[in-house]
Amino acid sequence: MVWLPLDTWIVVIGALCAMACALPGCFLVLRKMSMMGDAISHAVLPGLAIAFLVTGSRASFGMFIGAAIVGVITAVFTQWISSFGKVDRGASMGIVFTTLFALGLLLIVQAADHVDLDPGCVLYGAIELTPLDTTMTIGRLAIPRAAVVLATVLLINMAIIISFFKELQISAFDPALATTMGINATLMHYLLMSMVAVTTVASFEAVGSIIVIAMLIAPAATAYLLTDRLSVMLVISAVAAILSSALGHLSALTVPRLFGFESTNTSGMMAGATGLLFGFAWILAPRYGLLSRWFHRKNLLAEDPTVTGE
Amino acid sequence: MNAPTHPPSVPLAIDDLTVAYHRKPVLWDVDLDIPEGKLVGIVGPNGAGKSTLIKACLELIPKASGHVTIYGQPYRKQRSLVGYVPQRESVDWDFPVSALDVVAMGTYRKLGWLRPVAKEQKELACHALDRLGVAHLANRQISQLSGGQQQRVFLARALVQDAQLYFMDEPFAAVDAATERAIVTLLHELKDQGKTCLVVHHDLATVAQYFDWVVLLNMRVVKAGPTEEIFTKENLKDTYGGRLALLEEAGQRLRYAGIPGSYPGNPGRSQ
Amino acid sequence: MIMQRCLPMSVFLLIACFATVAFASPFHNHDQPVSANRELEALSNRGIDWPGASQIMRVATLQNYNTRLVVLSTTILGTASGLIGTFLLLRKRSLMGDALSHACLPGIGLMFMMMGALGGDGKYLPGLLLGATLTGVGGVVLVLLIRNTTRVKDDAAMGLVLSVMFGIGVAVLGMVQAMPGASAAGLEYFIYGKTASMVMQDFTLISAVAAAVTVMSMLLFKEFTLVCFDEGYASTQGWPVNWLDIAMLSLVTSVTVVGLQAVGLILIIAFLITPAAAARFWTENLKRMLLLSGMIGAISGWLGSSISALLPRLPAGAVIVVVAATIFLMSMIFGSSRGVLLRMLARRRLNRKVGRQHLLRAVYELIESRKHPEMSDVANVAISMDELLLRRSWTRSELEKLIRIATHEDHIEYYNGKLIRLSEPGFGEAARITRNHRLWEMYLIKHADVAAAHVDRDADAVEHVLGAEMVRKLEEELVKRGQALLVPPSPHTIITGA
Repeated sequence: MVWLPLDTWIVVIGALCAMACALPGCFLVLRKMSMMGDAISHAVLPGLAIAFLVTGSRASFGMFIGAAIVGVITAVFTQWISSFGKVDRGASMGIVFTTLFALGLLLIVQAADHVDLDPGCVLYGAIELTPLDTTMTIGRLAIPRAAVVLATVLLINMAIIISFFKELQISAFDPALATTMGINATLMHYLLMSMVAVTTVASFEAVGSIIVIAMLIAPAATAYLLTDRLSVMLVISAVAAILSSALGHLSALTVPRLFGFESTNTSGMMAGATGLLFGFAWILAPRYGLLSRWFHRKNLLAEDPTVTGE
Repeated sequence: MNAPTHPPSVPLAIDDLTVAYHRKPVLWDVDLDIPEGKLVGIVGPNGAGKSTLIKACLELIPKASGHVTIYGQPYRKQRSLVGYVPQRESVDWDFPVSALDVVAMGTYRKLGWLRPVAKEQKELACHALDRLGVAHLANRQISQLSGGQQQRVFLARALVQDAQLYFMDEPFAAVDAATERAIVTLLHELKDQGKTCLVVHHDLATVAQYFDWVVLLNMRVVKAGPTEEIFTKENLKDTYGGRLALLEEAGQRLRYAGIPGSYPGNPGRSQ
Repeated sequence: MIMQRCLPMSVFLLIACFATVAFASPFHNHDQPVSANRELEALSNRGIDWPGASQIMRVATLQNYNTRLVVLSTTILGTASGLIGTFLLLRKRSLMGDALSHACLPGIGLMFMMMGALGGDGKYLPGLLLGATLTGVGGVVLVLLIRNTTRVKDDAAMGLVLSVMFGIGVAVLGMVQAMPGASAAGLEYFIYGKTASMVMQDFTLISAVAAAVTVMSMLLFKEFTLVCFDEGYASTQGWPVNWLDIAMLSLVTSVTVVGLQAVGLILIIAFLITPAAAARFWTENLKRMLLLSGMIGAISGWLGSSISALLPRLPAGAVIVVVAATIFLMSMIFGSSRGVLLRMLARRRLNRKVGRQHLLRAVYELIESRKHPEMSDVANVAISMDELLLRRSWTRSELEKLIRIATHEDHIEYYNGKLIRLSEPGFGEAARITRNHRLWEMYLIKHADVAAAHVDRDADAVEHVLGAEMVRKLEEELVKRGQALLVPPSPHTIITGA
């Protein structure tokens, strides 16, 4: 195995992307809206396609705007269908995102002649190629465009979460309470949705629109098993994000060789690594892990209930 | 641990039942023998584990320890003798079925696998609905029924099973006066047929009136026995702790407000 | 009843479809291109290539072998996914199809690898589908396990499993695609679908699965209904809820797996959710809903693939989803049972009724307060608008609107902006409403433990929902108990009927 500067960049970009996703992801998991992340990341496709059609390039600011709008539209339509039509929330989400995805696919097919846009790239990205596209240089160091974009999004996400920490926390815990306290829970909801949408767009080039869901949910769910405090959860999820990026790239370099293959898709491996970390937490978490629960259950039965019950 | 044996005449015997949710025990070491042919009220404060007791008996939630014996046999062998009326909120009343369909579900067990509901089952269901006075609503979709009517449909479903032992989870919760009377009548009919009913109940004021046996529960069985012996102020204090004083006061006020016969005919009087 | 008729009908449909393709053109080669010159045309022409009437006829009558294969396959697939999707929707597990379809991907890749390593044909379809089924079911089991053994909720468990397994799938596909020598081209069909190039084998497979799903969901109709409606009760009755769930999800899996390559991984999700959700707006009867959902699925499949056959630049999967979504939208608005329009009209009617009753009662009570003590009757006199305004918390414009409606209904005889007088029928109606209201008020005080201070408001809300018959019953009940009516209405005002 040879480690090149390129590999470092891949890990850095992966880590930036995973961290940028994990932060809003924590709120998605806490608000029991993880599937909204799934829905939005599928549904931004038409937003991207329209932005491509209009601007003709992949790296435009308009793309973020388009994605944020479609993200909010997904949330709004889901809300409408489930409240006006009295349709189960999951089902209305499914209807909205599959329809938007289908529209996006139709648009992309129409645009394929004009713009170099491969649906495959949108779905699972090409993180291996991102370090080659550099825009900025600091000293003698050429920084890839993806790293700049993802770092910016990460900073924005951090800034939003730090400045609206209480508001987001209360809206996640109890939207009704938040409203009575003068916090606009609906606004917070859509703020979160736009954050998810923008992050998804920033990440899709690196990891694709489906693997980004792993980045949104898995580190947050891992952290959720390890702590009871929101601030700690945010930190742990960021750490899990970095770990899974490094672990993912390492295994992308080593695992295929074990089976006699040449190489593989790095972002897929990163998603696998987030799952692996979750698996560890699932079994080993100090309080909520399978092992600790099992021990506790045994202890509970071993105690004499009549003594402890009084 | 060996399963304790009980004679087949005892409808329900619970030995050393402990149930825990996550890490918190909800029921500790419950021992209970219910005699046949009684209307049994299970009474206790919120969070005392009343519904949990029923659900653990029916194996809807796992037991941490203990045994439940129904007519001398474990529950799994005696399912056909047991009827269950869940809490009304436990299902989605928007479901696209009619009242008759819901009641017919009580016959599914006897009907067995793969066989569709036929005329015979529908007639049974109609009859049960009639016993609860809601036969005219048979073809109504269930979301169009009032709360009391929904409760009656659930009772009719249990009735159709023709069980010996009934578990009812808060059948009196948020029902209208007419439904309450209909349920009481039904309970007495069941009792006259020698059946046993376990009813989770929350209204202390009507316990003595409705039940001839009572279980006072607060994470453990505080007392259980015939209502006239057990349903005393001291025992209730042991069950409810400090909260009983408040309850009593509220009960008094309600009674003043609603005593029949003292009503002079002016709706604004009792304020 | 409908179900019993539905069974032979669907089976007949399946057999008929199968026969059409199998016997009508037995000598056609599967690999025949869609239409060589149309492809050439499409290359030279960059816009949408609008079809002529003759082309539409050709597609509609299924004259081309390939079109027939595609249209019939998607129609049958739509029927099957509509049927099983109904149970999925009612079990509130619609998104399980989502998790499942993504989880199929690693199975396809791994199976390709294994079959290749064992020296077989890596793209042997039944093998790939078996792999997809295995990991799909594995994904579902994992979701249920995570949900049941950790504090991570349903939604996060699903999102986690679907994305991680999809990621692993992409990684595995990445490996095999970089494999020297073995061509893995074509595996990505499972993600986007390859509707236009379906072959006889696909059709046979889809028909077989659809037939199995139809038969199974009819045989297990009773059991599935029970589990969907009341899981707890089902398990006390000794039904193996977990096994029934697994049976249901296996049917979903089989539809998903055969649908994957037809319409693609993400669009099969829509096939499972949208027709069922659309059907729900039209009926409150489960059997009818199943039938309708199957029909909507079939129509979306047929229409979508026909449109795509006419406009080859549009991928069939996406068009089908858009057609299904359009049907859903129409159903949501116009549905005859739970449609938005219907409910809006009903609410409007109720609001009007409540408004009219408030107006008439307020007027009546004002008239009543003017009554001379010596006179036994309440006489219909004109009252002033200002007084009326003080009776309730309504604004002048709200009140004027109510008066306009009441005038239109001939309840008000005279209104000049200051004074208002009821007509004879309006006066009768007002007396009836007031009497009902007070009856109810009294009933509430007497028979339910409702705090007296709240009675007036509750009575207002309840009264408008009650019909005339209920009011008569209440009245009888009160009379039977010897409780005299508080306000005996004047005899000439009693009007029968509601």
